[in-house]
Amino acid sequence: MRKLAAAGIAVLALISWTLTSCQREKRELRAAPVRRAIYGDAARQSELQPGGPQTEPQVTNPDHANAWSISEGQRLFEWYNCVGCHSHGGGGIGPPLIKKHWIYGGQPANLFDTIVKGRPNGMPAWGGRIPEYQVWQIVAYVRSLAGEQPFAATPVRTDELEQKPTTIHNKVQGETR
Amino acid sequence: MTRARTLFIWAAAVALNGCGGHQQSALDSVGPQAGKIESLWWFFLWLLTAIFLIVIFATLWALTRRHRGIEQEPLERIHLPSGETEHRLTRVVAGASILTVIILFALLIASVTTGKALSELGPKKQGITVEVTGNQWWWYVRYLNGDASRIVVTANEMHIPVGRPVMLRLNSNDVIHSFWTPNLHGKRDLIPGRVNTEWIEADHPGRWRGQCAEFCGMQHAHMAMWVIAEPEDQFERWMEAQRAPSKQPSSASELRGRDVFLNNACVFCHHIAGTPAAGQVAPDLTHVGSRLTLAAGTLPNTKGNLGGWIADPQNVKPGNHMAQIDLPPGDLEPLLDYLESLK
Repeated sequence: MRKLAAAGIAVLALISWTLTSCQREKRELRAAPVRRAIYGDAARQSELQPGGPQTEPQVTNPDHANAWSISEGQRLFEWYNCVGCHSHGGGGIGPPLIKKHWIYGGQPANLFDTIVKGRPNGMPAWGGRIPEYQVWQIVAYVRSLAGEQPFAATPVRTDELEQKPTTIHNKVQGETR
Repeated sequence: MTRARTLFIWAAAVALNGCGGHQQSALDSVGPQAGKIESLWWFFLWLLTAIFLIVIFATLWALTRRHRGIEQEPLERIHLPSGETEHRLTRVVAGASILTVIILFALLIASVTTGKALSELGPKKQGITVEVTGNQWWWYVRYLNGDASRIVVTANEMHIPVGRPVMLRLNSNDVIHSFWTPNLHGKRDLIPGRVNTEWIEADHPGRWRGQCAEFCGMQHAHMAMWVIAEPEDQFERWMEAQRAPSKQPSSASELRGRDVFLNNACVFCHHIAGTPAAGQVAPDLTHVGSRLTLAAGTLPNTKGNLGGWIADPQNVKPGNHMAQIDLPPGDLEPLLDYLESLK
């Protein structure tokens, strides 16, 4: 009898353990209308503020740490030919993206603005064409190149030569800090 | 009784539904390749049906017949069959085993012979070469030509000349897909980084549906393709039309539609020859208005369906890679006019 009860408890434990796998990451296939708009006023361009400093606008990437969004960003990074200049993170014509030091700021809001508004000397302005939800996906992916996304959410190794700080950590630190 | 008969008729009707002259059926072959596969299929079916029936009847017969060879004796601990019974059993089992091996070899030979015959079509006749590349979830189709200016690119639809072999060079851009137009040939996988080839040929004009036969993600079920066989002259006319750059807008609405296309995300992925739209990662739209279907065989190509597809692609094929753009109310109509005019 006792044996039976123990077996029952074991089975229940196993079932409840398998049920935890039902907690799936949410894939937002159809972007909410508000996230489809095209705009770009996320980050401040100057540190000087008349009338004293204001609090920084808090902009968070809705796709942060979402594995599916990051992999979508990876696909768009190819499709929209970001690789043409930035290669697969290592840089070429454009600066590398696997670093910790960013010319125009590395926060999600800065990256969003860089993509939407462009930057002098080569970075095109993609705003007005790429829907906002895709910009955030690309931002999420670019942040993953710099190791700024949870390891478990970053895409698996691609077919391309791709380097991330996780693979060449010491070198990156030596160069940029 | 009546109910049983009705049920039987319904079941027969459903079963026969798969047999008639149909646009997607391996049992309605329209070319030499599929013909060989179909013959092999029927050979297997009839032979194996006969074997199945023989085995079932032999089993029933063995169950119901009177026990012979062994006289009814008082039950003993061990029972030894007579020498004669033993001998007969050995002969029957050995005979059946030999017969089985012979039949298996016959099936093997038939199968290998068919496989060999399937690969022999091309070299005998002058054919054309078409590159088919799988994408999540559509087909990129390119007619190769020594003269680069005569290459034709289309999507989700392949026109072939009747009676001429067509060599397919199959490749994939993302995951493994499989090309399967059962009326013309069996399945062949499209594998990233590798070119698989197969020959197809159609005996007579017609339209046949093909689809992806290797699970490739969310919209695997909506990754279809039409193969359209046409007489030689009609095929050449189609090729000439496809080679031309896109039609210039001929009305104010179409002109506005082209601007909408060029000023939205459309331009990053799609190609329209004769405009700055040069994207290569989505179906070529140079002659989209001339195609049968939209979204890889998912919707018939009508203005209404195109509007629904552009306005909310995730409703038609959840998970597909088309960008969702919110067009201002006045922009969709001209865009549809323009795209539908691209015959």
